[in-house]
Amino acid sequence: MNKVYNNRAWWLILPMLLLVAFSAVIPLMTVVNYSVQDVFDANTRFFTGTEWFEVMLNDPALQAAVLRQFAFSLTVLAIEVPLGIGIALIMPKKGWQASAVLILVTMPLLIPWNVVGSIWQIFTRGDIGLMGWSLRELGYGYNITSSPVDAWATIILMDVWHWTPLIALLCFSGLRSIPDAYYQAARIDRASKWAVFRYIQLPKLTNVLVIGVLLRFMHSFMIYAEPFVLTGGGPGSSTTFLSQSLTTMAIGQQDLGPSAAFSLIYFLIILLVTWVFYTAIMNMQKDDKIQEA
Amino acid sequence: MSDSLPTTPDAVRQRAAAADNRRRRSARSASRQWRRRGLMAAYIVFVLLPIYWLLNMSFQSNTEILGGLTLWPEDFTTEHYAKILTEPSWYMGYVNSITYVLMNMLISISVALPAAYAFSRYQFIGDKHLFFWLLTNLMAPPAVFLLPYFQLYYTVGLFDTHVAVALAHCLFNIPLAVWILEGFMSGVPKEIDETAFIDGYSFPRFFVKIFIPMISSGIGVTLFFLFMFSWVELLLASTLTSTNAQPIASVMTQTKGASGIDWGALAAAGTLTILPGIVVVYFVRNHIAKGFALGRT
Amino acid sequence: MAEITLKSLAHTYLSDPRSPEDYAIREMDHVWHQGGAYALLGPSGCGKSTLLNIISGLLEPSSGEVLFDGEVVNALPPEARNIAQVFQFPVIYDTMTVYDNLAFPLRNVKTPEARVHERVMEVAEVLELTAQLKRKAKNLTADEKQKVSMGRGLVREDVSAILFDEPLTVIDPQLKWKLRRKLKEIHQRFEITMVYVTHDQLEASTFADKIAVMYEGQVVQFGTPRELFERPNHTFVGYFIGSPGMNFLEVVTQDGRVMAGDTELAVGQGVHDAVAQARSTNVKLGIRPEFIEVHAEAVEDGMQAHVDHAQDLGTYSIVYLTLGGIPLKARIEEDQPTPTGKAWLRFPDERIGLYIDEFRVEIDHE
Repeated sequence: MNKVYNNRAWWLILPMLLLVAFSAVIPLMTVVNYSVQDVFDANTRFFTGTEWFEVMLNDPALQAAVLRQFAFSLTVLAIEVPLGIGIALIMPKKGWQASAVLILVTMPLLIPWNVVGSIWQIFTRGDIGLMGWSLRELGYGYNITSSPVDAWATIILMDVWHWTPLIALLCFSGLRSIPDAYYQAARIDRASKWAVFRYIQLPKLTNVLVIGVLLRFMHSFMIYAEPFVLTGGGPGSSTTFLSQSLTTMAIGQQDLGPSAAFSLIYFLIILLVTWVFYTAIMNMQKDDKIQEA
Repeated sequence: MSDSLPTTPDAVRQRAAAADNRRRRSARSASRQWRRRGLMAAYIVFVLLPIYWLLNMSFQSNTEILGGLTLWPEDFTTEHYAKILTEPSWYMGYVNSITYVLMNMLISISVALPAAYAFSRYQFIGDKHLFFWLLTNLMAPPAVFLLPYFQLYYTVGLFDTHVAVALAHCLFNIPLAVWILEGFMSGVPKEIDETAFIDGYSFPRFFVKIFIPMISSGIGVTLFFLFMFSWVELLLASTLTSTNAQPIASVMTQTKGASGIDWGALAAAGTLTILPGIVVVYFVRNHIAKGFALGRT
Repeated sequence: MAEITLKSLAHTYLSDPRSPEDYAIREMDHVWHQGGAYALLGPSGCGKSTLLNIISGLLEPSSGEVLFDGEVVNALPPEARNIAQVFQFPVIYDTMTVYDNLAFPLRNVKTPEARVHERVMEVAEVLELTAQLKRKAKNLTADEKQKVSMGRGLVREDVSAILFDEPLTVIDPQLKWKLRRKLKEIHQRFEITMVYVTHDQLEASTFADKIAVMYEGQVVQFGTPRELFERPNHTFVGYFIGSPGMNFLEVVTQDGRVMAGDTELAVGQGVHDAVAQARSTNVKLGIRPEFIEVHAEAVEDGMQAHVDHAQDLGTYSIVYLTLGGIPLKARIEEDQPTPTGKAWLRFPDERIGLYIDEFRVEIDHE
């Protein structure tokens, strides 16, 4: 669409800008401010430069948390994206079943995150939880408070339960926008089910999948409440992700300087990954156009 | 192409084979239909099972819960619900949560609508950078802003108010709303605006009378997302409140007493947090199918 | 090769149809001969797309039979019929190149790649797409896209009929005639049966040898463009074909005179008798605007009419008249004088059609 050049548009943006500045810029400045100072109390502080950043980058506990975080995010993406596409493909398209399935599938998305943690805590406990109890009855010594493997598997299962619906709904919505004529033409062309998926459905899903993957990456990278309630980050620190490390440091230990530096590093990692992903996608689409010319 | 056309007996045989194939395939496609339903049902069970378990617990007395595993409440009781709905410390949590969620939805949508319109219709100095910067706020982990928020709201005297949480959630909800709405607005042809201005509509009147009705399903979807992200967030909401505006999510942590966790109350409170979500989805169910792609297919 | 026969075919989208109105296609019999170029013409909602989808197998008719070369194919899905279909909006596989798009139907049935290449090149040549073969189909213009979707039908060696569902809707006007000529050329070269659905009479008559006019789920007339023009079988065909459409005058006999409104019509004995014998109360005389004789002066047997206004269209003009309270249109060539105020009309007997209950009844002219 051709847009009109008009700087008065700033007036339309202004209210939004003031609010976001209040809730984003001022706090961010505070963080930057703390990250270069050592604060003892309200009146005593020293300028430290990049010291906190160096400390944080070299902290083995944090390095481990970063790795864990990536491992977690990539794992859930690898499971949720294909699963979500699959579910979108088998969701009923009309009638009361469509509405019913839609509501049921959406449900996990609207449950407060700590309640999600509670639900899975109750569900997986060995004594009172259906899943925990069943696994033990089947002879598997399932225990998320002592076995890191069990804790990891459970958290991933919980995340899949919680967030696959987002991908599924995005894809379902994307699939709905494909005109019937495409399917009809494909039948006349004798395309197999796979070919229909590969050449008609998947291309139409690219845009929503980009959105889905970005949202999922960002949210999984910020995950806090669910594992906090379910495992408390344990056993040991095997399920302590970045947000939890940060919260412990900032609120629990009141280490203002280091946690501020850590915050910025954390934020930058997310920005960087998102940016790389986004430009990669954009370049792929641009390549298509360059090939043309 | 005459050389490549099948001779008549061949064609007949081919067609017979095709018909045969079709019969076999329709049998196969019926079984495929069932497989499809089976898989869907399996997934629904996977979604519902943990929720069912929560529901199951919420109707059991704590002695039954701890006494042994029962697949359904044998000693059916509503005592936990009664407790939550009669004790102010409990039910005020819901009132608080709903209050700040609604406030946030109102604030976010009313500033995001004009902003999204500006982004979708005009070019201006710094528009692209501004939009990108907005989106980066979506990526900011709430944990990063925890401490500054606490200090900021404490200083300006908003600590432990609903407004504080509503404003804090603007951090991610306003960018989200602008982004979603921009997608829908760009789908509306610009000729509509031009025609309206030629017809003598002033900008505010055009916006309210013509434009907003045109993107109503987009607004519906946006409100759904605003509700969703504000309702489910806990970290900021619980940090910025203590007693007066405490959200239900952090009230729930009080079930951890000296004598262990009050499982029944926890389950009942959890169940009650699911209900508003179901109500909201029910209302927007017809828009979700179309609108969830956020105008970007 | 295929001759497509429709035998007492009917279709409804409702589960329990009660009246004929519930049918998208009312019971009909029809034959499309091998190698013909046919058009299916009608206003939107008359059931032409439904009929097309039944032929291609996308829809299964609720009753009756579809036969290809005498064999019932009702139960055959589109992929098992030897037909191709081109849709209103171009359907192309976005992510593939033009070459891959054209090769797609062949590769789906595991044709050897050498043969695929041969066919794709041949079809691309005919469609003048050779230069675009390596391009992504997504970036083509609408008319190129439509050519690609047509090409996917042509490339298959087993295709004996191509069905077109208003294929030129999204094409720029100046490219329409080009594409239509291409279609014609392809039809002659490949001898494929083509059925072309449209609501545009010009498109239909330039493309097709024979046109089936559909109205409310029925084929009301099947004939050459000339037949449709000169002898419309049904008042609807009269209205719909020609520009402007046919004039219809509701008539009754009164004291042995043929009356239209309050005016006596000067018609020959044949027409008079036919009107007098009609048993129905719905009797109309139809005459094309082109065939009405308009005189500026009083003439023998001329019926006096009032001239409302005239519209000059360059080489001819349309005169809007009122005769006995009934509005009429007449076409006058540019060399004829245009009447003002009053005009005297004559209806040549052989050009008058008699319509009883909307259907044409032949008149025995002595």
